[in-house]
Amino acid sequence: MTTQVSHPSTGQTQAHIANLTMMTVKPRSLWQDAWSRLIKNKASVIGMVVIVIFTLLAIFASVIAPHNPLQINSGKGFTPPMWIPVGPNGVPADPNFIFGTDTLGRDVLSRTLYGARVSMTVGFLPTFIIIFVGTIVGLFAGYRGGRIDNLLMRITDVVYAFPDLLFFIIVMVTLRQTPIGQMMNGLFLLFSALAVVNWVGFARIVRGQVLSLKEKEFVEAARCIGATDSRIMFRHLLPNSLGPVIILTAMSIPGMIITEAVLGYLGLGLIPSTNPKDFFITSWGASMLEGQTAINAQPWLLLLPAIAVSLVVLAFTFLGDGLRDALDPRLQGTQ
Amino acid sequence: MAANEVLLNVVDLVKHFPIMKGVLIQKQVGAVHAVDGVSFDIRKGETLGLVGESGCGKSTTGRAILQLHRPTSGSVFYEGKDLVKLKGENLRKTRRRMQMIFQDPYASLNPRMTVGQIITEPMLIHDMTTQKDTQGHAERLLKLVGLNPAYTSRYPHEFSGGQRQRIGIARALALEPALIVCDEPISALDVSIQAQVVNLLEDLQAELGLTYLFIAHDLSMVRHISDRVAVMYLGIIVELTSRDELYANALHPYTQALLSAVPIPDPVIEANRKRIILVGDVPSPVNPPSGCRFRTRCPLAAEICKEKKPEFREVAPDHWVACHMV
Repeated sequence: MTTQVSHPSTGQTQAHIANLTMMTVKPRSLWQDAWSRLIKNKASVIGMVVIVIFTLLAIFASVIAPHNPLQINSGKGFTPPMWIPVGPNGVPADPNFIFGTDTLGRDVLSRTLYGARVSMTVGFLPTFIIIFVGTIVGLFAGYRGGRIDNLLMRITDVVYAFPDLLFFIIVMVTLRQTPIGQMMNGLFLLFSALAVVNWVGFARIVRGQVLSLKEKEFVEAARCIGATDSRIMFRHLLPNSLGPVIILTAMSIPGMIITEAVLGYLGLGLIPSTNPKDFFITSWGASMLEGQTAINAQPWLLLLPAIAVSLVVLAFTFLGDGLRDALDPRLQGTQ
Repeated sequence: MAANEVLLNVVDLVKHFPIMKGVLIQKQVGAVHAVDGVSFDIRKGETLGLVGESGCGKSTTGRAILQLHRPTSGSVFYEGKDLVKLKGENLRKTRRRMQMIFQDPYASLNPRMTVGQIITEPMLIHDMTTQKDTQGHAERLLKLVGLNPAYTSRYPHEFSGGQRQRIGIARALALEPALIVCDEPISALDVSIQAQVVNLLEDLQAELGLTYLFIAHDLSMVRHISDRVAVMYLGIIVELTSRDELYANALHPYTQALLSAVPIPDPVIEANRKRIILVGDVPSPVNPPSGCRFRTRCPLAAEICKEKKPEFREVAPDHWVACHMV
């Protein structure tokens, strides 16, 4: 045993020091902690920047686009991009069209900028719907348990087991000619189909979180102080299960964008518009479909939307990875 | 304690947890007999210690009293009302007078809420304050439990275990309860911090006239804080008496064995004292022994212990034991 020499006031002084430290450091919530970890992650900051740029491009496409995306310039079809003097068809480059033109002489850059509208909307809008639906279903299933849980989770299993792409194709083909299929140039139907399939992931992840959280003592404490079930669900369980939901959001947006591109490529996504007043005129998937037929004559018709899709998807994936590390530091480095 | 007025009356409380089997259609195949018929009173202003080894049903008893686990059967009378029969709004209102302090200070505070929100949430729920006045109440409560009132906007992860336990106590006090169930409030804490928290609990009791049900497995701590002590074994109370009587004159063989396990900080006495070593493990609460629960490990067990459940009876004034051999 070592003898401890301690001045009677040592404890007091230490308490005083601890107190002073507490007073000088600003209070930080777990969200603020996560945010500071996120902005230290270079990849996710780049991802966020790319996402913001594409979002702005999508919103202000009509201002930024150098040409009307629907304007047909006869005699100027298949113009190569400006840095190639003469294209494979023997058409000379036109400095007005940075990335060249398509079959009908429409500006590729402008069409790609307008295409960003569809992709960014497809990424965000259905996701917000399914976060809402999936979270509510997961909360109720996890918290109530028993029969409601069983019923909701079996429905979830059925939806989960159905092949996604097949479902989209069936829905888009069969309902395309109906009034619903024509709404928002076919996008409404696409959003709905995406939402119907994808909410199950959120429901499952929230249910899992709630199942483990509801056994924690702070939930018992909430019940003890008289909190109602809805208060426990929305004030205590929901904020604590949001971390994985945010991560899944960032991870599922690229999936949506790719699905839209695939369906557009199959000719089942957006119904290409000819009305210049429409908000959605063309999509990246539809552009790729047009581009692949002319891959020899004007490769940039395919390349530019393909690069755009890759960039956005990569950006969201980087952000998702960063969010996972930031929100749950224990998972850092895992896949 | 001066007045022997009864605050809470627990009668034949039973809590069984069903064991389910089956994939789609679930069938009950058995039950964990966590609490199997306990009866006792808690008197106004006293501290009733509840001791026993892990898994004997101490915490379940505390939670069943507060209806956090709805009891399988039995009654809990508070101010003439049977809590077991109350539901919904009535239960929430009555339970206001009974609060709980939890074992794990790291799990018992919502990590997404500030300390101020945590300790004033109970008051907001019961309309005891308005959103405007919460700051004042939060500061008053923090001061009451010996924390700096400037901490209201901090988050739980910024505090140490002892400080968090104080926050948990402040939350329990917010509703001005009459009874606080302390579910091993100090077993997750450092020894040096344990004393601070126990002293805080004692000061608060003197100041606010609180009644405690103090659940613990640390016998010396129970001896320090309790007025009366109940000893639990495998879902039943085997002995209940005043603290001094229990530590001087334990009657039940299980209590005697339990007390003999407490080390004495004197090497000479420690080397010479006789210890009662129990053999075997605690039987499974899924399938408890017939008759007396303790008979499988009891040094005094006889034939009658197998056949008949011992009655929980008063053998001396205010000294209750459940044993055939006493």
